[in-house]
Amino acid sequence: MSRAALLVLADGRFPAGGHAHSGGAEAAVKAGRITGGASLEDFCRGRLHTAGLVSASLAAAAVLGLDVRELDAAADARTPSPALRAAARKLGRQLLRAARATWPGDELDAVAREFPKGAHQPVVLGLAARAAGLEAVDAAYCAAYESVSGPASATVRLLSLDPFDATGALARLAPELDRVVDRAVEAARRAVDDGVDALPAASGPLLEIGAEAHAAWAVRLFAS
Amino acid sequence: MTVTGVRATARILARDDGRGGTSLPVLEGDGPLALRRTRASGAEARVMLVGAMSGPLGGDRFAVEAKVAEGARLSVGSAAATIALPGQTKGEAHYDIRLDVADGGELAWLPEQLISARGSDLYVTTRVELGARARLVLREEQVLGRAGEEPGRLTSRLTVRVEGRAVLDQELACGPGAPGGWDGSAVLGGRRAVGQLVVVRPEFAAEPVAARMLGEEAALMPLAGPAVLVSAVAADALRLRRLLDEALAALG
Repeated sequence: MSRAALLVLADGRFPAGGHAHSGGAEAAVKAGRITGGASLEDFCRGRLHTAGLVSASLAAAAVLGLDVRELDAAADARTPSPALRAAARKLGRQLLRAARATWPGDELDAVAREFPKGAHQPVVLGLAARAAGLEAVDAAYCAAYESVSGPASATVRLLSLDPFDATGALARLAPELDRVVDRAVEAARRAVDDGVDALPAASGPLLEIGAEAHAAWAVRLFAS
Repeated sequence: MTVTGVRATARILARDDGRGGTSLPVLEGDGPLALRRTRASGAEARVMLVGAMSGPLGGDRFAVEAKVAEGARLSVGSAAATIALPGQTKGEAHYDIRLDVADGGELAWLPEQLISARGSDLYVTTRVELGARARLVLREEQVLGRAGEEPGRLTSRLTVRVEGRAVLDQELACGPGAPGGWDGSAVLGGRRAVGQLVVVRPEFAAEPVAARMLGEEAALMPLAGPAVLVSAVAADALRLRRLLDEALAALG
């Protein structure tokens, strides 16, 4: 295995379409819930411990070889907002396309055949990590980091926030990110024996409600 | 001396009585969890959960199990809000609710609010298993602290399955000691009341309800299955209840 493959997968320039999504930041900015560096950090902290934890555990579980269909259904049950389910599948489809080109293999081809409309992005992320020879913990880091880096870079664009403030917020979240990854991997290991119910289901009501409000706008900068 | 909390399990079984009504062959309260049958409405049997003591306190383990057999109709409410309080015993209290509705059965689970008082530590688990063509209305409301009070720690997981398949699995953790950001702009945004209304109807499979906003801080969302979720945050319990009542009325 090459640990450097993690840098390729986690690179914001990996052509998987993530830059078009704000991770809920656009809705939170409009609602006045993100107004600067401090409130961005607060938003990202909440997202990390809810959607971030769930994504990281799904990704880790996919690396450990849990059934893809069961993981995808578990992601559906943990995502009540239909706008977020649609965004996750779209991102999953785009990521799968990039991953198949980067790390070709039968397993990714089979997922493409089984999920023509796309599987949930964190599940695909785990499968891509697996195809790249990475471990569960690597996929969990990638998913957890994406859960905060997406809103941070989107907020730089939405509020013309100083990029130093945004990266400072991400750096301050790093110790919590480590803990979220530990929890995610531990849960994924439990799920190998106990099934997908052992995966965390942490939720942020305002993330789901905000995503529905955002989906109803006529004009928006980000897709979600 | 070891101080242990109270353990109590209340059980309800609702069955089609074969005469157009619903009978309750099992209606067993236990200690602090008392059950009262109230006046039926048509085919539906009605039960009121009456808190005979305050609680749950730290270390307590409460459980309620309700089973609705094929074709039976049951509605369960509570006489008052449940208040989670700190107890003599250290450690979290548990409140486990297990609801099973067989094929063609119908359950309305509409308890009053759960209030998390300062210093309390409660883990609530609600698991609902629905058979084919079963119907459900379930309301869950949490209020963080009594008036002007800091909340305790409250974790609540709600899982709803239809024919074995999970359509909803959500956990909310809040209060002191909960993972960071619980009071922030991605989770509760400083609101002190949060609630969910889950409605499962077989006809939603063929005619899904469209997603819509209910004001600024509540949304009606079709789930991946014959179910919808109304998720809401509000400044207080009264406003939250109004939102959820309006949403239920709008679903018809």
